[in-house]
Amino acid sequence: MKSGKILLVTLVVLILAWLMIPVVIIVPMSFSGARFLAFPPPSWSTRWYEAYLANPGWMQATRVSLTLAVSSAAIATVMGTAAAYALNMSTSKWVRNLQVILMLPLVVPIVITAVGVFLVYANVGLLATMTGLILANVMLGLPYVVTSVLVGLRKFDPVQEMVSRSLGMNRLRTFFVVVLPQIRASVISGLLFAFISALDETVVALFISGGQYQTLTKRMFTALRDEIDPTIAAISTLLTAVSFLMVILVSLSARAETKKSAEA
Amino acid sequence: MSSTSIDPSRAHESRERRLTLMLLAPALSVVVALLVVPLCWLVWQSVRQDGGFTLAHYARFLHDDVYWMAFLQTFRIAFVVTAATVLLGYPVAYLAAGSSRRTSLLILAMVVLPFWTSVLVRAYAWLILLQRRGLVNGALSDLGVIDHPLILVNNEFGTVIATIHILLPFMVLPLYATMQKIPRELTMAGASLGGTPLHVFLRVFLPLSLPGVVAGMVLVFVLTLGFYITPELLGGGRTYMVSMLVSRNIELYNEWGAASSISIVLLLCVFAIFRLASLLIPFERIMGAR
Repeated sequence: MKSGKILLVTLVVLILAWLMIPVVIIVPMSFSGARFLAFPPPSWSTRWYEAYLANPGWMQATRVSLTLAVSSAAIATVMGTAAAYALNMSTSKWVRNLQVILMLPLVVPIVITAVGVFLVYANVGLLATMTGLILANVMLGLPYVVTSVLVGLRKFDPVQEMVSRSLGMNRLRTFFVVVLPQIRASVISGLLFAFISALDETVVALFISGGQYQTLTKRMFTALRDEIDPTIAAISTLLTAVSFLMVILVSLSARAETKKSAEA
Repeated sequence: MSSTSIDPSRAHESRERRLTLMLLAPALSVVVALLVVPLCWLVWQSVRQDGGFTLAHYARFLHDDVYWMAFLQTFRIAFVVTAATVLLGYPVAYLAAGSSRRTSLLILAMVVLPFWTSVLVRAYAWLILLQRRGLVNGALSDLGVIDHPLILVNNEFGTVIATIHILLPFMVLPLYATMQKIPRELTMAGASLGGTPLHVFLRVFLPLSLPGVVAGMVLVFVLTLGFYITPELLGGGRTYMVSMLVSRNIELYNEWGAASSISIVLLLCVFAIFRLASLLIPFERIMGAR
């Protein structure tokens, strides 16, 4: 059995290394001094970061992507939390089945979603607009928020809400004073998921973004089709850093929550 | 009480229902307007031509080789990717579920971190690693294993490797969630009754972990069917998946009828797979497992 365990551990270490290498390899590549991609890089420099920061096109696309990610995550969180609260409190089977509709953006292949959104926007004049981009990403972020908040609400004891309301607090205040503080971690993790999903979204952006409102991912995709430019490595490193920061924030907020409930 | 007076519990109930609908309305209307309505629109478009009803767009499935090739290649890739993620994901989840809290957290962190990295970034990384003068070819020729660089990318191989890499976390997470719930007492009982470790694994642990395997397989298979970015960047024009067929028909040919009918067929495949899987395990479990 001992040798079996060693074999298993070796296998898993190899698989994990294979998972991590492509993510990690980008970082040294982005600090390469060479135009071509060699590993290890023949010299080190920050020229690709400078190229990125000095290019007005990349900067505009970054501004679009960040604005888009922040606003669509915020809107999706408010809408998704309200919907999850309603789904959780309703006893009607019919209402609970509506959850399937809210999950659709995750189930439908993304190209079909993109074609559909394009079709709608072409008819109402929302193509290549910020509003259009934000709305589409709100839709794509909703399933993450709803799932995450529902998990939080199921752990929450509804008796507390009843007590608070029987003591005369209205529903809205009860939600903000009693319910929300206890499901905070799930709401935050839904928010961050929606943020990352909007920041990384590429396919829908390929169809509906354009002109002044081109997302970072659309520009990257177009650039990658033409040539492997090391500037992309610099941008990729920055995007990955943002994602990792989000993971850390999610786990910190989850940890704070467990700590608090352990004290209570 | 007279029959005309309003029953207070009734009034309360209808107020509750109104509130429920009000809270659900914004989220539902976004999804309905941007997804449900266009899907119905696609169905409509797929049976229309020159202002009349037609099944011509669907008939093309019967005689157009390009359609067949795309669906065949997509399903082949989906099968290979699903099989590979089970084989690679199972040992990882197994070790994570059987380890101390610290070790299992470390393993899961290494699974989740790539999961949070943009698909575009990971496709780019594989391009760097696998291209003609990329790292893998460089290392292999330095070691003297090969004389000429291998063609690892701009083909189906590169697409499959990157897709497995992107989807492996979707397999590991539901597997881990299921395995974690298997009581240790069961395997210990099996061992104390004289079963060899292999025997206990095959007869006790493996069957109990199957719901997780099914959930992971469904997720990975369905997600692969819709892959677009990866084959587009790593397929080098030789990999032609259904999603690319859809986008080509719109971008290049402006053929909305064709794009719609392909979309509807792909969507029906996805729904059918979910339906089949829900006969084995509840739908919520597939979606919630992530």
